[in-house]
Amino acid sequence: MNSLLRLAGTRLFYGIITLFVVSVVIFFAVELLPGDVAQQILGRDATPETLAALRDRLGLNDPAILRYLSWLHGILQGDLGASLVTGRPISDLVIGRLGNTLFLAAFAAIVAIPLALFLGVMAALYRDTWFDRTINTVTLAAISLPEFFIAYILVLFFSIGFSFQMSGPLAVIAAFVLLALLRGILQARRTGETSGIQLVMAVVFLLILLNGYFRFVPLTTEPMRVLPSLSRMSEDANFGERIFNSILPMLTLVLVTTAYTMRMTRANIVNILSAPYIEMATLKGVPPARIIFWHALPNAWAPIINVVALTLAYLITGVVVVEAVFVYPGLGQLLVDSVAKRDITMVQACCLIFAAAYVLLNMMADIFAIATNPRLLHPK
Amino acid sequence: MAEPPLLEMRGVRIEGQTGPDWLPIINGVDLTLAKGEVLGLIGESGAGKSTLGLAAMGYTRGGCRISGGSIKFAGQELVGATRADLRLLRGKRIAYVAQSAAASFNPAHNLIDQFIEGPMIHGLGDRATTQSEAVALYDAVQLPEPETIGFRYPHQVSGGQLQRAMTAMAMACKPDLIVFDEPTTALDVTTQIEVLAAIRKAVSEFGTAAIYITHDLAVVAQMADRIMVLRYGDLVEEADTRRMLSAPQEAYTKSLWSVRTFEATPKPASDPAPLLQVENVTAAYGDLTVLHDISTQVQTGRTVAVVGESGSGKSTLARAITGLLTPKQGRIVMDGKALAPDFRRRSKDDLRAIQMIYQIPDTALNPRQSVAQILARPAKFFTGLSGKALYDRVDDLLALIDLEPGLFRSRLPGELSGGQKQRIGIARALAAEPRLIICDEVTSALDQLVAEGILRLLDRLQQELDLSYLFITHDLATVRAVADSVVVMQYGKVVEDGPKAEVFSPPHDPYTELLLSSVPDMDPDWLTRTLEARR
Amino acid sequence: MSDPIDTMVDQAPLPIDTETKLRRFWRLLKAAPLSVWFSLVVLACYAVLVIFAGVIAPFPETEIVAGSFLPASAEHPMGTDALGRDFLSRMIYAAQNTVLIAIVTTLISFAIGGFLGLLAATVGGWLDQGLGRAVDVLMAIPPLIFALLLLSIFGTSTLNLILIIALVDATRVFRMARAVAMGVVVMEYVEAARLRGEGLLWTVTREVLPNTIAPLMAEFGLRFCFVFLTISALSFLGLGIQPPAADWGTMVRENAALISFGEMTPLYPAAAIGLLTICVNFIVDWLLKISSGLKE
Repeated sequence: MNSLLRLAGTRLFYGIITLFVVSVVIFFAVELLPGDVAQQILGRDATPETLAALRDRLGLNDPAILRYLSWLHGILQGDLGASLVTGRPISDLVIGRLGNTLFLAAFAAIVAIPLALFLGVMAALYRDTWFDRTINTVTLAAISLPEFFIAYILVLFFSIGFSFQMSGPLAVIAAFVLLALLRGILQARRTGETSGIQLVMAVVFLLILLNGYFRFVPLTTEPMRVLPSLSRMSEDANFGERIFNSILPMLTLVLVTTAYTMRMTRANIVNILSAPYIEMATLKGVPPARIIFWHALPNAWAPIINVVALTLAYLITGVVVVEAVFVYPGLGQLLVDSVAKRDITMVQACCLIFAAAYVLLNMMADIFAIATNPRLLHPK
Repeated sequence: MAEPPLLEMRGVRIEGQTGPDWLPIINGVDLTLAKGEVLGLIGESGAGKSTLGLAAMGYTRGGCRISGGSIKFAGQELVGATRADLRLLRGKRIAYVAQSAAASFNPAHNLIDQFIEGPMIHGLGDRATTQSEAVALYDAVQLPEPETIGFRYPHQVSGGQLQRAMTAMAMACKPDLIVFDEPTTALDVTTQIEVLAAIRKAVSEFGTAAIYITHDLAVVAQMADRIMVLRYGDLVEEADTRRMLSAPQEAYTKSLWSVRTFEATPKPASDPAPLLQVENVTAAYGDLTVLHDISTQVQTGRTVAVVGESGSGKSTLARAITGLLTPKQGRIVMDGKALAPDFRRRSKDDLRAIQMIYQIPDTALNPRQSVAQILARPAKFFTGLSGKALYDRVDDLLALIDLEPGLFRSRLPGELSGGQKQRIGIARALAAEPRLIICDEVTSALDQLVAEGILRLLDRLQQELDLSYLFITHDLATVRAVADSVVVMQYGKVVEDGPKAEVFSPPHDPYTELLLSSVPDMDPDWLTRTLEARR
Repeated sequence: MSDPIDTMVDQAPLPIDTETKLRRFWRLLKAAPLSVWFSLVVLACYAVLVIFAGVIAPFPETEIVAGSFLPASAEHPMGTDALGRDFLSRMIYAAQNTVLIAIVTTLISFAIGGFLGLLAATVGGWLDQGLGRAVDVLMAIPPLIFALLLLSIFGTSTLNLILIIALVDATRVFRMARAVAMGVVVMEYVEAARLRGEGLLWTVTREVLPNTIAPLMAEFGLRFCFVFLTISALSFLGLGIQPPAADWGTMVRENAALISFGEMTPLYPAAAIGLLTICVNFIVDWLLKISSGLKE
């Protein structure tokens, strides 16, 4: 147990060091500017006086190290500085936005991760069957399509719907997919490969497709057809309203994240299933269920946890684009706006928060991987 | 003797898939096994022995399929049987012992849980009884601390112990047949003899039939009642062990048996000057000392064999001599002049004088360079040849190693056999015109016939070019064949060092004694005798 | 002086597969699944658009030729955009812009990351440790976020975009190139070269590099997709390729308002992005599957 704690402690230590170094990088990246921040803000035709005044106000005349340390000091006390553009304290704005983003990300994670793990395991178990191949193709498409594309498709399917006349190309694609599914189902029935779960999934997919046309589940409220594709999150919306307003962005995130995670899970499980000790279990006559649960799974925790952590880290980046599409008032949207306005202090603060979350997640993944390694749990 | 055979395989055909093609692995082999009989399956690598052994359980590895023939176990047809039927047989009536025990045990569970899994699934008893049976079997295979070793995890147990634990696990359900797939190939000789003893005891005690797969002729002579020789998926010969050993019929079988008779050309009695001297070398990797005060020497034109088991430090000694590992103490002296400890500080002439040939031919040659390129580079680098002179030199080198230049110049390593690749490795060393060649287990990865060819070549080159060899190996038969003097190493120390005749005749250092006596003979009674002698 | 056993076993040269590599590749190609053929055709079409954009597009890239948001017609098969420029023409020019920029970026990132990765693996020691730590730190910041940070500092010109994304991507290429090279560097033929006294340059370029090309090629395809998607995402956010240059991501953003009216036009450029990425992924997937077969 001692070596375990020591290793975990080392990882923790490295994680914190990394955070510090990242903060240094984020802060000092600004120093790379040719010219200086004041010049950037006021533009080319600023007079020397206004430049000097701004520099003074921003404290740019102090040496960089001092500025970094005071910035860091402020952060550790919860003060993220002031916006370059509005001058208002960043922390006030960030807290609310961060909360929204976390809500969205958590919501998406809770749905996506179990779904992806389940699909990944199923695909690994039934590998090279039509089920596996279909899932592989669909997820490959999902991770290849830009998030905004998926977002808008969802808007079309669930919010706005589309009339028959302008759905030409979509109809072609949908028909193609339906035919492929049908062929797959018939083939599976012939070779006896079907399992109930796979049929259920095919039906669900069909229903979603048809919803675009018939809108069984209209996620709109009359009369404005655009709601809630542009989420309206007021400060004191109650929980139910929050969920309702977040469904479409959440769904987008879920789709992309599930695809990504499912592929990683599948790869890891296939890797484990081809290990010699699994072959040995087969040769001992162990039934398939026990092979999965008693032999494979205990060895799968570490890679699966790794996958989950990577997924959560991936979510952090995915959130940015999704928030932009749905104009969701989260941290990602704030970051994008700040970049457009060259509000550098705001950008630094947002980047730091995102980076911190990323580092923390990776660090936890490392620690969990250590904690589930049988060689470390039972040392020589 | 009208009892039906336990296992009856007729006309078995197995194919394997590479890319879009299906290629044959087994071409219509017949195999019969009676109850309690031990059948040895020998052949070189690629003969299909493992595939055939697994087929006895109705199992094929991924990418393989049984394309013809019948496999009957106790009258039940296995080809085309349902998975459920096969599951009932496997583990319960037919068991398997794999080559690598470390990979075949699940790292997440302890040994005893994996032992009792078999009997529990097949409904052969409750947990308590099975556990006590496990302890009894662990004792039967002579594992230390049989009561508690089961509660250890695979990584907490040594390789030889794991192999015995796997044998015990195979016996858990008292099967009728056990397939042993090269169980001792990866083990040192001193460990191997214990595992062989354990297997033989377990098999005879329970009257289990066994298929013993190996490429080692001496081992199969100990374990099997009957021997089948396989080559490229075909059965070459089949006979009782004693008859096959004394009077093999087929040319191929004869060639396998005669392999062990090669002896290097005897050297003149003169005592040549020492070429290389290792003086009190101590070396370490970080905190771990791997060589302790090693001193030895190699004389011009002679072969020094360095023999030891895994962890003895023999390969590390080679690295210290070539300068890849800087010794903490001591020095390497060549022709009376001390060599720089780090190879980066050695002159070109110094680097050229010592060349190395490696164990695994596949990793020793750059797969993207042709034979001509591989040989031309050192020739050009060290002897400054170019143009036509270089071209001719490459041809000369190829002729030296008995390969036809026209056929082999433009080939890539992927288009060569293992033995040919090793020959190119030798030629590459020769291209530098060295004085000393370090052969690091150069025949260990080759089949015995091919290995003998390499040894003959090395012997001839030594005669023609007055080369000195430092021959590193774990195989005592090779040492007997090629060495002029022998250095025995254990745990980074020199245990014995002297002319071959002296080292191989008593009195011995206890470790040398152990090592010599653990090497299997082709005599079927060797194991029994040795175990008796040790008691 | 050859021994009879030698002749029997060793000197007979192995029959070389008479099938040349090219013919084998063609045979594998013919057996490839439908998705691969589809992808190849699509990629060929894209290539044509990229190279001949100026010739194929009916209208110029940035010229206003009609009223805004006109529906599809014979003259404007995809209608016009918010400013009255021909949508189809802009789509075609966008192919050229986006794809070329993505290729250049990927090439730069490979040059930097690949070279450093091979070097780190071959030299080892402090260079490897130092580069590894630096890359670890750079990779600790999520790529899109890091790109946004640098863009906010340096501005959103095309050159900045290329350099920033190349830098971010180079870290991933470094990791991968280093991992592949590490597998090669432990081979004995590299040690044999070292023992000869070969210089660093020779070792890296003649011993290590040729044996790492195959996995690196596959990785190129994947990195291209990542770079391409990132540039499109940034353009969609308004921070990538700047107007009036045509770019698929930007076109989606500019015309997003149409979605709320149930029009699908803004999805065409988005679909174009997705289609390219999907096809490259299909091909890379397939190449990875057959590469083990080809190596034999």
